[in-house]
Amino acid sequence: MSDFWIILTGTLVAATSGILGCFLVLRKMSLVGDAISHSVLPGIAIAFMVGGSRDSLLMMIGAAVLGLITVFLIQLLQQGGLQSDASIGIVFTALFAIGVILISRNAANIDLDLDCVLFGEIAYVQWDILIINGYNMGPAAVWFLGITLFIVLLVIGLFYKQFKLCAFDPALAAALGIPVALFHYLLMGLVSLSTVASFESVGAILVVGMLIVPASTAYLLTDRLSRMLLYSVIIGALSSAGGYYFAKWLDASIAGSMITVAGLLFLLAFLFSPLHGLVARHNKRRRMKSMTV
Amino acid sequence: MLVSILGWFSDPNMRWILMGSLLLGLGSGVIGSFTFLRKQSLLGDALAHAALPGICIAFMLSGVKSVGLFMIGAILSGMLATFGIHFVTRYSRIKQDAALGIVLTVFFGIGVVLMTKIQHSGNGNQSGLDKYMFGQAASMMLSDVYLMGAVSLALVLVCLLFFKEFKLVSFDPGFARGMGLKVGLYEQLLLLLTVVAVVVGIQAVGVVLVAALLITPAVAARYWTDALGVMVILAGLFGALSGVTGTLISSTLSNLPTGPVTVLAATALFAVSLVFAPRRGLLAKWIRHRRTQKDVRERLEIHTATATISQHTAEKGAE
Repeated sequence: MSDFWIILTGTLVAATSGILGCFLVLRKMSLVGDAISHSVLPGIAIAFMVGGSRDSLLMMIGAAVLGLITVFLIQLLQQGGLQSDASIGIVFTALFAIGVILISRNAANIDLDLDCVLFGEIAYVQWDILIINGYNMGPAAVWFLGITLFIVLLVIGLFYKQFKLCAFDPALAAALGIPVALFHYLLMGLVSLSTVASFESVGAILVVGMLIVPASTAYLLTDRLSRMLLYSVIIGALSSAGGYYFAKWLDASIAGSMITVAGLLFLLAFLFSPLHGLVARHNKRRRMKSMTV
Repeated sequence: MLVSILGWFSDPNMRWILMGSLLLGLGSGVIGSFTFLRKQSLLGDALAHAALPGICIAFMLSGVKSVGLFMIGAILSGMLATFGIHFVTRYSRIKQDAALGIVLTVFFGIGVVLMTKIQHSGNGNQSGLDKYMFGQAASMMLSDVYLMGAVSLALVLVCLLFFKEFKLVSFDPGFARGMGLKVGLYEQLLLLLTVVAVVVGIQAVGVVLVAALLITPAVAARYWTDALGVMVILAGLFGALSGVTGTLISSTLSNLPTGPVTVLAATALFAVSLVFAPRRGLLAKWIRHRRTQKDVRERLEIHTATATISQHTAEKGAE
């Protein structure tokens, strides 16, 4: 049963991040996910200090608020004329530094382990059971992540056209009267939410990996957004199942193995994708050459 | 306060650590200026994460915790990562930001797998490995400080030596190529220097924060000047100042890690530059904006005044 819960948790993270990741990759904002996943740390630390416990809801609120502050600050610096990569770097490192200081100053009072936040331990998912009215509802993380996935699907589903247009042609979207900034913050809000929801169970690294890697792999396999979303979810699910058994075989970190497998799948697509793969490109060029000669 | 400051300077250990963090800040500030101009600010973040598998493999092969060996492993895997980023952006439709992210997370994922493998193998000597990842300036051994300082000093010297070439390559690679400069070679050299700066920085401030040493002082310096030479010097000074401030503050207060304090010192310098820098700073921009507004308003007043006068005379003429 533990296999099932761990793979399910991984798949839920992968599906949520995969869907959002497609939009990030298309909008050239892949590293915003990396920034958010690090800069929510002070939010989590403050929620601990205020609440005095590992209350998940309070922690999620704290982290989500910091996620939005991060996006806001990055946007602010960019509007001030700073390159996007530099603004991302300045904002998230500063917030992360504050987070580390808050945690190490209060390390005696709060039981918050830096390693745990960064790496996460998906293997413990099954022990944290949600109990309602004495009923055993299964792992709490599965519920949290399931609800998050539902919210993401709902929002993206409702505004699919708008998100699509904003991703491919923000100028056109603005000209058509779509509030581009609103959808930008909505997307970023969803990214913060999913980062935070995945954080406790799987750690920052897996979330960032799942945001970027499966979506990029899918991007190499198709030119249609709807297919890209679907492929990205499937690739994420494959990575989490494959990663789990890989980790079991090696007796090593599950989250790390899941990303490793996702990386392997990316490498396969990079080399052998029928559309954009290295081999396909090479063959095409050779055919063109022989045709001209 | 003064007594304790004097106390640090008489303590040779502390003096060396201060010297080490000063040189480290100087070196990464100087290199960071070039990475910033080449729009590769987040390369530091990616390389810092990508160093982990190299460190783990170096440990697995040698079985000892040696900073020198760790550095070699980290540099090799960092170079492999830059090659990977270059390869993916060049030969596929994936953009540079996504390529950075893929390499960052996948290398780090592999590193985490290797690290847990080492931990589970029950090798009693592994306990320092994660310390290395999160930075440990306060508990560094004197020999580490020497190494760190020497490497940083070498970085600065190489930048001085090739300043003209780096400048050309950063601003106008096409022109540089036209002049017969081996652009690829100097780009590789810059990348190598970045990797080295990152690897040395991990020691002091840890994996996540090392990106800040490269980015923040360079960006802060950019606000003050348009000349590359001045910018590089300023970035080096800002970096050195952050390093020293971080070390001093964290050694006075307990439970205050050096890395984050160093980064926040750099952020503070950035904030000051953002607000107060002449011409580019927010305050200067605001004053300029106000002045233009006032100017426009005055002109408008003159304009309306002349308009009323001419209207007046016109009415008079009609009478």
